[in-house]
Amino acid sequence: MTVSLWRSSRMKVNYGTKYSLPMLIWLTLLFIVPSAIIIMFSFMEKNQYGGVNPVFSLQAFKDLMNSAYFKILLNTIYIAVMSTIFTLLLALPSAYYMARSKYKSFLMLLIIIPFWTNFLIRVYAWIAVLGNNGFINQFLLKTGLIKDYIGMLYNNNAVILVMVYTYLPYAILPLYAIIEKFDFSLLEAARDLGASKSQSVFRILIPNIKSGIITSLLFTFIPAFGNYAIPQIIGDKNTNMLGTVIARELTTGRNWPLASAISMLLTLVTVIGVLVFTSKQKNIKKVI
Amino acid sequence: MRKKSFSFSLFVFVLTMIFFYTPIIILFVFSFNSSKTMNWQGFSLVWYKKLFTDSADIWRSFGNSIIVALSSSAVATFIGTLGAIGIRWYKFRSKRFIEIISYLPLVLPDIIIGVSLLIMFSLVKIKLSLFTIFLAHATFNIPYVLFIVLSRLDEFDSTILEAAKDLGASEIQTLLKVIIPISVPGIIAGFLMSMTLSLDDFVITFFVSGPGSSTLPLHIYSMIRFGVSPVINAISAVMIIGTILLAVLTRRFYKYMF
Repeated sequence: MTVSLWRSSRMKVNYGTKYSLPMLIWLTLLFIVPSAIIIMFSFMEKNQYGGVNPVFSLQAFKDLMNSAYFKILLNTIYIAVMSTIFTLLLALPSAYYMARSKYKSFLMLLIIIPFWTNFLIRVYAWIAVLGNNGFINQFLLKTGLIKDYIGMLYNNNAVILVMVYTYLPYAILPLYAIIEKFDFSLLEAARDLGASKSQSVFRILIPNIKSGIITSLLFTFIPAFGNYAIPQIIGDKNTNMLGTVIARELTTGRNWPLASAISMLLTLVTVIGVLVFTSKQKNIKKVI
Repeated sequence: MRKKSFSFSLFVFVLTMIFFYTPIIILFVFSFNSSKTMNWQGFSLVWYKKLFTDSADIWRSFGNSIIVALSSSAVATFIGTLGAIGIRWYKFRSKRFIEIISYLPLVLPDIIIGVSLLIMFSLVKIKLSLFTIFLAHATFNIPYVLFIVLSRLDEFDSTILEAAKDLGASEIQTLLKVIIPISVPGIIAGFLMSMTLSLDDFVITFFVSGPGSSTLPLHIYSMIRFGVSPVINAISAVMIIGTILLAVLTRRFYKYMF
């Protein structure tokens, strides 16, 4: 009896490993190894032709303490925090409305369409609207309300606007998923027991959908914090973020250790975020 | 009282919809503009004509995007599905480790994945090409497939596996006749998600692409950066229509994807 039990559990061990082995190998070769290389590079000396000299050095981290990079770090935090706040302010009520609506599947479709519309098209749409030759400027010039172009792009506000536009669907979907499962009779019970409207929302609804709020927060903050494309396309040298600096140091700057060190910083922020998230929520299966 | 709060959420929802759709609709309308600018000069199909008859490089990039999307999604779906089966129904020592390393690429900023792959490819001297783009896309798609298939498998419990084994099914028979068939909606949803992510990706592709391996997003990027031709409005309109069709046709798989 014990022998057969032992054997069957042992068989399971083997099959589970077999099924997951291709994934383990793939992710090791193309995710863990590249990440390890970045960590190693950040502790090496830069080679002026790109690449690194295999000599231990902390120069990259010393460079990182440079005030210019510190300013960029602060700007990155500012943009990411503002984007996250505006995204959640729009996402929470929107998701709540969707979850209580009779037309859930149609409203869901309305969120999926911008979610799946090509990222660059969505960014370009804002250039077409806000750019110097864009819709708003052309319209105002034509009606004579302004004499010259208004520069609306290439500043922090434009970057934040497009970030909110890009990550709002990512924030709405997990919130919707969890609010939809919420038992709304609990709110009525709270009201019947004398709670005010805001008390019932803040003490019953919000605590019950906390994991959805944390997911939305992470799915907005992390991509905003590590963003490269948006400040690259609709920002300029005043809207530098860590992501744009990584790319610059990797190409024209030829400082691979510094690019690696900044990448490590971004990774660290992400890992801390994920650890906080997974400690709050045991089940990580529903990710988006 | 209750009605009032309900209309607040409606108000924000409507605001969100206006925010989402205004730029898309403006872009769509101006794709029919006869002028090169965002100044309406009259209806015309000239940019569509240019897109469909005189834009070989755009179509070549589109072809590359399709090749990468199909191949990387197929590989990611295969590997991710097997991984999900292993994680969901079997216990083994490295399970928690695998869960964590497959969760990380989902949340890591794109640029980290792009830059780390670029550095590794240059270190082991793999030439950047469509093949390196394929490797990168399969890598970021595997975790998505994994978690989507896992959420489908969670609808069942292990008793069906035990039933199959009790009735004498071998491991392979259980896999092919029980596990795979019940996973199908999740597998399709995972494949769809991979396709859309692959077709959408710009940042990772930007770092791991080489000369002559442009994808559609890379091509659109260069059109945005170096002189905007209104043909981009026509591409946008076509892609938006394609997205709407895809979103409508795949509605029954949403519950596994989102």
